[in-house]
Amino acid sequence: MTTTLTRDQLDEFGRELDAIRQRVIADLGEEDAAYIRGIVKRQQQFEVAGRALFYVPPAWPLAVAALSVSKILENMEIGHNVMHGQYDWMGDPKLNSRIYDWDNVCPGEQWKYSHNYIHHTFTNILGKDRDVGYGILRMDEDQPWHPYYLGNPVYALALMLFFEWGVAMHDLEVENLVKGTREWEQNKALHAGIMRKVKRQALKDYLLFPALTGPLFPLTLAGNASANLIRNIWAFNIIFCGHFPAGVATFTEEECLDIEGPNGPEESRGHWYYRQLLGSANISGSKLMHLMSGNLSHQIEHHLFPDIPARRYPEIAVEVREICERYGLAYNTGPLHKQLLSVAKKIGRLALPTRSTSQEPAPVAERAAAA
Amino acid sequence: MALVTTLLRSRAAAALASPHGVDHYLEQLNPMWAAHDVRARVVAIHRETDTPGACVATVTLQPTGTWRGHRAGQYVQVGVDLPGSARRMTRCFSISSAASLPGEQITLTVRAHDEGQVSKFLVHEARPGQMVHLSQAAGDFTLHESAATPTNNRLLFITGGSGITPAMSIVRTLLRDGYDDRANRKVTFLHFARSEADQIFAAELAEIAAADNHVDVHLRYGDQTFSEFELRRLVPDYRGTDTWVCGPGGLVDLVQDAYDGADRLRVEFFKPPTVSTGTAEGEVSFTRAGTAAANTGASLLEQAEALGLRPEFGCRMGICFSCTATKTDGTVRNILTGEESSLPDEDIRICVSAPVGDCSVDL
Ligand SMILES: Cc1cc2nc3c(=O)[nH]c(=O)nc-3n(C[C@H](O)[C@H](O)[C@H](O)COP(=O)(O)OP(=O)(O)OC[C@H]3O[C@@H](n4cnc5c(N)ncnc54)[C@H](O)[C@@H]3O)c2cc1C
Ligand code: FES
Repeated sequence: MTTTLTRDQLDEFGRELDAIRQRVIADLGEEDAAYIRGIVKRQQQFEVAGRALFYVPPAWPLAVAALSVSKILENMEIGHNVMHGQYDWMGDPKLNSRIYDWDNVCPGEQWKYSHNYIHHTFTNILGKDRDVGYGILRMDEDQPWHPYYLGNPVYALALMLFFEWGVAMHDLEVENLVKGTREWEQNKALHAGIMRKVKRQALKDYLLFPALTGPLFPLTLAGNASANLIRNIWAFNIIFCGHFPAGVATFTEEECLDIEGPNGPEESRGHWYYRQLLGSANISGSKLMHLMSGNLSHQIEHHLFPDIPARRYPEIAVEVREICERYGLAYNTGPLHKQLLSVAKKIGRLALPTRSTSQEPAPVAERAAAA
Repeated sequence: MALVTTLLRSRAAAALASPHGVDHYLEQLNPMWAAHDVRARVVAIHRETDTPGACVATVTLQPTGTWRGHRAGQYVQVGVDLPGSARRMTRCFSISSAASLPGEQITLTVRAHDEGQVSKFLVHEARPGQMVHLSQAAGDFTLHESAATPTNNRLLFITGGSGITPAMSIVRTLLRDGYDDRANRKVTFLHFARSEADQIFAAELAEIAAADNHVDVHLRYGDQTFSEFELRRLVPDYRGTDTWVCGPGGLVDLVQDAYDGADRLRVEFFKPPTVSTGTAEGEVSFTRAGTAAANTGASLLEQAEALGLRPEFGCRMGICFSCTATKTDGTVRNILTGEESSLPDEDIRICVSAPVGDCSVDL
């Protein structure tokens, strides 16, 4: 979408957000360190409890629940955020983005490229941000329709169940292999990295821990698989609510080149923030909901400030909303069920060819004024 | 205990803890438990000198069982989570106690710099019971002699200020391991301090000087600076004598001039040697901060600091990798080796890299 702000407004908007960023970064300290260390401790307690409860067959559901909570915390509030470099300032190698690798079949190194770099830099720019539909779904009217997309809901369901695998395979750019714009050769090293992580997860969750429970092997195996599955479903839902509910804007490359730089047209800081804001959506809810989503329920704040510790997003959100009101910009938020329904509708609707352009969301400023 | 350690270090344990490693879990249970990491608990702090602005203290540390011990003269990287900021700072300190075996206590003797964060913490704020992070011991400033050197050869130590620490470790080891509290060979210990009040290990050095132990101790204060003339008087064949020098740059320069390239001289720096600027051309840009300036020829770390950036650093001399940053473009010269490299998107240690012409760093 094209911007609704004037040049001066965009620049001022950028300065205001930069000021928030600087203030929060200068304020980082012991509380943030204690918070993340506390979460790591809690996560490990859930993990140990989960693994131990598999020895008590009647407690199987509890074991699965504890292990799922542990895996969700590890992937979302710890792994995702640490690998964004949110805690690099602490200088602790165990919480450093260069070193941390998460409990997921997608190697941290690869994810940092596809997610931190590609997705966070080119957020919602069609053709550049490969997270728009993950290369397999049609998630935007401007993606040309093809009979293949009749399967949109089925692909989405499959992606949900195998989300960690989808994220890992994501980097192999299978759709580009099919199109012939990518060579198999380019995937060899990536593939080796994924296989290494796959083997480790399989060894740990599907062989060693089940074996340690002796005759309960099949139950433990099923439990571990369930925990991985529950984490997949939860992560998929949170992440799809972050960019795909109705009203979230997408951009073309040209729309983003709003100033003249030394090497030709480029995107201004103000427009970058503008795009991140309108390209993301929040989920409202309780503290627990925010924690379990790794604070990705504050997707907007996360996209504005990806390397600020996520526990700060709620406090930042208050200011961001106030700024949005002043500039007449939409701040897309809603409870989980509402955002999920909106995403589900979109997945279904876009399985079919787009009928007319009247389906496009109304310009943001208008909606904000109407609201 | 040995069985537990073997189990914790086994591949099976690593597979169960994957991808985080066993230590991730052990540390939560007890900070002194580790399978690979090295940490230490502060056992005692003993004030050596009290000169305002340059206090020195000896810190006794009990390392985790993973500590592999050290050879006299080696240093260790010490990581401290600074109270208030919660930032971990890592700095190098020589071990001042005699050679240690695995798991044994060690001491560090630290001078508090006015502006220095870690040294000030260790001297003034550290309390028994606190934990610090350690590396394994490293460094070649140790008691090793060339194959051609007879093992009872004479030894010479020339040190200034806190540079006494590695030499002290060597002398303590010689006296401890030698026969009947003797070093079993002639040792000359020449030390320069700012004043008598600034003398570290004063009592112990006086004892060593008084005892019949083969060690000659010569302490010099204030204006009594190093001279080749005096060295020749103390050790006539100093160029043919295995010598260890550690101290401020000025002292090291004078000693190096006196030895004129003789290979018996070993040097330990606590600070990197100042950069020979040579030709400094081009522009240095720090892309994340969006600032750029003309190349001054100094290290990238210093140039960044001069522009008001505060990049992370540790040893400031290429040892600890704390300052690693990505050079996106341009050529840099390694200050220590003179090696140049022009690879794009290369991880470099900015404390020992000086730009050669235009250069961009992701800082
Ligand atoms: C192998 C080795 C062994 C050593 N052994 C010992 C030892 O046994 N005992 C001992 O006391 N010391 C030893 N040192 C020296 C010690 O590591 C340094 O003095 C260390 O810098 C002290 O850390 P700090 O955090 O207190 O000071 P730092 O914070 O590192 O500051 C040190 C000095 O650098 C300057 N500085 C700091 N920040 C900046 C900035 N942003 N811009 C410009 N300048 C700045 C300041 O002038 C300050 O005085 C050793 C060093 C090495 C490399
Ligand atoms: S600061 Fe230690 S390597 Fe640069």
